[in-house]
Amino acid sequence: MLASIIASGLAVGAVYALIGITYNTMFATSRVMSFTAGQLGMLGGVFGSLFTLRLGLPILPALVLTLACCALIGVVTEIVAVRPVLKSLDQHLYVLTTLAVALLIQHMTAMEWSTEPQPFPRLLDLGSGIWDEKYWLPVAVCILTILGLEYLYRRTLVGRAFVAIAEDNFAARALGLPERNLRIASYALAGAIGALAGFAGGQLLLAFFANGPLLNFYGFIPVALGGLGNNRGAVIGGFLLGLFQQAANFLVGGIFSSVAVFTLFIIVLLAAPQGMFGAQAARRV
Amino acid sequence: MDATTGTAPPRAAAAARLAGPLRPLWPFLLLLAIGLAMPLTGNEYWGLITTRMAIYWVLVAGLNLIVGYAGQLAIGYVALLAIGAYTTSVLAAGNVLPPLPAFAALGVAGLAGAVFGVVVGLPALRLRTFYFAMTTLGFATIVTQITLAWQDVTGGGIGIAGPMLPAPFDTTWGFLYFCLGFAAICTWLTANIARSRFGRALVAVRDAEVAAEASGIHKPKLLVLVFILAGALAAMAGGLFATLQTYITPDAFTFDLSLLFFIAVLIGGRGSILGPLLGTAILTVLPEIAAPLAAWSTFLYAALLLVIVLAMPGGIAALIDPRNRRNLPENRVIGPQPAALDALLGRREVPAPLTLRGIVLAFGGVRAIDGVDLEVTPGQVHGLIGPNGSGKTTTLNVISGYYRPEAGSMAIGPAPLPAGKPQGRAGLRIARTFQTPRLIGEASVLENVMIGGTTDGRTGFAEALLALPRQRQEEREFEARARLALEAVGLAGLAEARADRLQHSELRFMEIARALMLRPAFLLLDEPAAGLSTEEIRRLGALIRGISRHGTGVLLVEHHADLIFDICDQVTVLNLGKVLAAGTPAEIRVHKEVVSAYLGA
Repeated sequence: MLASIIASGLAVGAVYALIGITYNTMFATSRVMSFTAGQLGMLGGVFGSLFTLRLGLPILPALVLTLACCALIGVVTEIVAVRPVLKSLDQHLYVLTTLAVALLIQHMTAMEWSTEPQPFPRLLDLGSGIWDEKYWLPVAVCILTILGLEYLYRRTLVGRAFVAIAEDNFAARALGLPERNLRIASYALAGAIGALAGFAGGQLLLAFFANGPLLNFYGFIPVALGGLGNNRGAVIGGFLLGLFQQAANFLVGGIFSSVAVFTLFIIVLLAAPQGMFGAQAARRV
Repeated sequence: MDATTGTAPPRAAAAARLAGPLRPLWPFLLLLAIGLAMPLTGNEYWGLITTRMAIYWVLVAGLNLIVGYAGQLAIGYVALLAIGAYTTSVLAAGNVLPPLPAFAALGVAGLAGAVFGVVVGLPALRLRTFYFAMTTLGFATIVTQITLAWQDVTGGGIGIAGPMLPAPFDTTWGFLYFCLGFAAICTWLTANIARSRFGRALVAVRDAEVAAEASGIHKPKLLVLVFILAGALAAMAGGLFATLQTYITPDAFTFDLSLLFFIAVLIGGRGSILGPLLGTAILTVLPEIAAPLAAWSTFLYAALLLVIVLAMPGGIAALIDPRNRRNLPENRVIGPQPAALDALLGRREVPAPLTLRGIVLAFGGVRAIDGVDLEVTPGQVHGLIGPNGSGKTTTLNVISGYYRPEAGSMAIGPAPLPAGKPQGRAGLRIARTFQTPRLIGEASVLENVMIGGTTDGRTGFAEALLALPRQRQEEREFEARARLALEAVGLAGLAEARADRLQHSELRFMEIARALMLRPAFLLLDEPAAGLSTEEIRRLGALIRGISRHGTGVLLVEHHADLIFDICDQVTVLNLGKVLAAGTPAEIRVHKEVVSAYLGA
């Protein structure tokens, strides 16, 4: 029983962590927190189910198509909701525009896909019990994503350019980095990561339109706790949240576990608004 | 307006007083009349829709103060509607306590809403925008889940009957009239707040937070008051909503509703009451007149939200605001009036000097100020000059409390001046301007200036809510004082113009007027001459001299050496955070190191 709490806790934790990384990837190049992060995760499950079960594609092409579709949605988000409001970042208009795009995505899915949870296929057909693939697959994908991102950011030129933009936008532009293209690329990357989260966690969460706001909230908590833009913080926060949530689920039941998570979240945030590993706020005067 | 504007006596000017949010009044009366005339149609269905519109407006009216005025993105307000609906229903049904009469239950719901309004709002006092939006969304989800789970009280998924109001409000039309009346009262109450110093302070917190602090506006206290009001209104709207529905389940409180409330404010436009009222009406009616759209209502709201933010950020209010169309006169001249300055500042007790001793402040490894001593004498102009990065503005920020020095002391006469606490400076009569003017673009110049006097407000929130005579009297005094201040700096003709339509030089004088509103003992000016023409600089110099001659100690940070040497009584020169020289302008002008470090040969 403890084992199953840990297995499912780590599994959903990995999904939350991946959504957290999706937030961070978009934030890094644009300083924008986007409400679409959770929707991308939801779409990963929906597209996955659509391509495999409804259209009958094999797993690998379905995965590639899912990633491509979500990457495209990421790019569209950048063009429609982020770029127009970047000029006046201090007015926080992006909160409204990305919320609007997120709702458009969610409602479109509800109307065109289904308002009921739809099944998601078994991907590898490996393992059973607590070693079932639906538990370890998200964890494995999360670890691979982190390793991949570390490689990208540390070893490749494009990755270093991302870091430069995230570190100091003005200086990076002054150096001649194509800031706009890098931003678009990061939104595409974020779309793919979100899709990966939904695809890997599809067997747990199913292909369900209402997963969007849920993932949005639970994926935001690790970001808030770990500090904005801090991927390692997001992973640690994600796993902790997953374990806490599943334990609370088991001990006090589903509804009060979400109350417990929410209360804890608020208390921690009020105590440490910058998160556990976040940076101090900028000067104002 | 009469035709003799040019020579209008002061009384007439007061009659043309600043346009409150209920001016013009006729659109409100027209909407109310349409609502009241509904029974004539005999169509009960439209009666219900009008009732729902009135109920939604009760909530939106309060939310408008939070979203539209204070700029806090509270999205999940359906939570408070649900709390109010369930509190009223449960108390009236009597399944927990002995049943209460419907009106009493509604009152208790209002109290519960006030409490939860603060609970939902508290994160806004500490968290960044996106975080706050997220927490309000989370709160809305939690409330729905609790209503589902707490079956003994709420009936869970099965629901609970809504309260019945006693006769004559138990019919469709009776209830409509009750809701219309309640909505009208809420409109009046929130308009009273919006036009009071509290309303101006809310907008200041939204658009010019730093200037708001310098004017002595205490953001947490202000926001908590507004959260209480908005929460109470939202919960009472919930009670009425339960009556309208006759039966409520958690399904009735969907996220769509939250979105409707929120978008109604944004469609309406920030800082307006008529706009959000129209927004509420449109969004309530829209799905009704286009029935096939009902299933797509969320999609529609979301699309609307996107279009509004990107295409018309001002909302309906910007379209109907006449101040946007009226042209300002060209070739305007800023002509300060010394007589108005006399009337404004008058003769005052000369305060003790402001002294700084050994102030040290480092940012990381850089010592921005490194042992600065300074004395600002009342009635004198003290110039603070030095190359870029020498610590001039930092010194100003230490005095006005934005930075907390690591060492050193500040005092006014014998009384120590506490470090930090920028909101406390206005109370000590220390006013300031900023290098980049901090203004509320959508408010009138007059309102911008009135912000400066906020700390002198004596009447409370409740008095403002009900617009009691003492509060109205105080408002008239504020306005008169602000007009004097504008006259003194030479902007009297622009009092009614929107601040964002002013030229840069005019904004600099407007900031001085806002500072004068405080009748300051000490005035800190941060590069007031930057971007001004030679003639304007000359007038600025005369104005600053005039202010100091009324007993105010002026600390002037400036790069225009001519202005400094013209009007200063004392000059301190900073270099690399240290005092390089101090003395009279004549001494400084020939000081060898100053000449080589800063002035040039």
